[in-house]
Amino acid sequence: MLKIKNINTYYGKVHALKNVSLHLHKGEIVTLIGANGAGKTTMLNTISAVTPPSAGNIIFEERDLAGLSPDRIVKLGICQVPEGRQVFKPLSVEDNLHLGAYLRYRGREGRAEIRRDLDDVYALFPRLLERRKQAAGTLSGGEQQMLAMGRALMARPRLLLLDEPSMGLAPLVVQEIFRAIEQLRQERGTTVLLVEQNAKAALRMAGRGYVLETGKVVLEGLPSDLLENNDVQRAYLGKDKKEIWER
Amino acid sequence: MQIWEPTYECMPREELEQLQLERLQATLNRVYKNVTCYRNKFNEIGLVPEDVRSLSDLQKLPFTTKEDLRLNYPYGMFAVPLREVVRIHSSSGTTGKPTVVGYTRHDIRTWSNLVARFMTAAGVTHDDVVQIAFGYGLFTGAFGLHYGAEAIGASVIPMSAGNTEKQIMIMQDYRTTVLVCTPSYAITIADRMEKMGIDPKSLSLKVGLFGAEPWSEAMRKEIESRLFISATDNYGLSEIIGPGVAGDCEQKCGMHIFEDAFLPEIIDPETGAVLPPGSVGELVLTTLTKEAFPMIRYRTRDITSLDYAPCACGRTMVRMKKTMGRSDDMLIIKGVNVFPSQIEEILFAVEGCEPHYQLVVDRQGAMDVLEVRIEVTENIFFDEMKRQRAFLEMVEKRIDSVLGVGATVKLVEPNSIPRHEGKADRVIDKRRL
Repeated sequence: MLKIKNINTYYGKVHALKNVSLHLHKGEIVTLIGANGAGKTTMLNTISAVTPPSAGNIIFEERDLAGLSPDRIVKLGICQVPEGRQVFKPLSVEDNLHLGAYLRYRGREGRAEIRRDLDDVYALFPRLLERRKQAAGTLSGGEQQMLAMGRALMARPRLLLLDEPSMGLAPLVVQEIFRAIEQLRQERGTTVLLVEQNAKAALRMAGRGYVLETGKVVLEGLPSDLLENNDVQRAYLGKDKKEIWER
Repeated sequence: MQIWEPTYECMPREELEQLQLERLQATLNRVYKNVTCYRNKFNEIGLVPEDVRSLSDLQKLPFTTKEDLRLNYPYGMFAVPLREVVRIHSSSGTTGKPTVVGYTRHDIRTWSNLVARFMTAAGVTHDDVVQIAFGYGLFTGAFGLHYGAEAIGASVIPMSAGNTEKQIMIMQDYRTTVLVCTPSYAITIADRMEKMGIDPKSLSLKVGLFGAEPWSEAMRKEIESRLFISATDNYGLSEIIGPGVAGDCEQKCGMHIFEDAFLPEIIDPETGAVLPPGSVGELVLTTLTKEAFPMIRYRTRDITSLDYAPCACGRTMVRMKKTMGRSDDMLIIKGVNVFPSQIEEILFAVEGCEPHYQLVVDRQGAMDVLEVRIEVTENIFFDEMKRQRAFLEMVEKRIDSVLGVGATVKLVEPNSIPRHEGKADRVIDKRRL
């Protein structure tokens, strides 16, 4: 469904992604893991064209995304849930969700359909329904994460890019978020590219994973294999290469 | 017939190539960081892993040879610290120092799976009793097949090599259904059974998995008709992973190389140039999933050709022909690469049995000439000169059309070609003398 070849992305002079290639099949949950600054968020921003690549191809459902603006990419069916939720704090929960369907108000789709999608989001996250009139800024971290995901779902994505959904959340809430991701995949066949600092949890849920290190992919494989890999452990335990390197 | 991992073995080529590229790039990133030998090699030609943007860019990379492995003896080519290595194997050091290879826990799992693939393709299931008559030890063969059989869930008898009569006894008593050994040992077993007066039909054997040495289609037929089994070939070498690089499917029309794990190329052994699909040349392999001992463009020295045509078994992975000898045996005659095994094949086709022959290459003026000497046997002895000449002309024609090089064929007295340890001296190259 998504095929990425030789992506190179720069932040100013910083070469953040060096020749990264990866792919996702339909309905797959794939996780990108790596230490801070490895390029995980950049990868998501590159796909959603927030920071477009300087070279390489991104093919989504047979279509080259080169040169497309972020809103066009949302329209094609790719939605990003940014790190730190980034909800519109003064607006109500429901208004936040309506904004997620912003592009669709201009289309021919009826409001009735958007209304139905809203109900689906509420069904997925009942807590949002309870707080629909409340200002988003008054929600807890976990609820804001649900709102951010719900807002993305209002654009009806087939590919969901999730950036650190568990960040700063209590374990129980994390479980709830992850359960929702799994439910999305099962019920709607949504494909998910998941960036996580919580590698163990992410790998437990994902079907496959890639390990990024300083802007390069160093490993691809099944979660079980990656979990026991030393490169992965190093990336998370923050151990220096020399400490575990023995000859 | 079952397929062990259809997701990979039957993957559409376009998807496979994406996966190969991703894994190749990840492997290059790792070896560049962790293996001094590769880093130096890449730096020498001013190449960084990021320069590899497509599978064909692989051609920019330098080859790795057995010599590199020797220079880095024992652990220099390892890409992980020794602490992560759970197994060490070694290849025989017939010429100089042996080479050492290592496996991480994940590599062992990968290996088991790859072997399970060709064992399943050969028809092995969890109901089988597998007798492994490869030597257990530093050699990778026995352990590879052992793990593969266990992964499938078959019952493994780790017999190890030798003691033929005991092998046969166990085969009878334990009702072995699958025999794993070298093809020549299978013949030895058949010979011994004949001597002992044991009818192979009284055994439970149904499949043979033969490897670790090159063997011909003729040998396959002989084993199949004498042991009443399906004889399958598989290919591997310890530097790459051991057995599990490629294996026959039920079609027996070439061994499927497991391309999600290994990237094959065929090169001209003299120039190193990559040859188009279908050409005969030296097999070069790059590992895509190995952790402890990744190999970049390793020259196997084995001569074969690749066939990308779809296979009736449903696997999409490329097929390699049975190896036709070693690139070290290659002769260049009038600029054409000639392997003694090609001529052997022709002679076998016209004679119906393995002949004793000798190739004599000489230079007359600036021209190379090839003479093929064949020892006379009952099959090719003719009273009439006319028939004799017609036979020789026919062989010459076949050689010319197959090799693209003209040769003169001569019959010589039986036992006139000198033999060493039962094997004839196949080639005399007078040009180098």
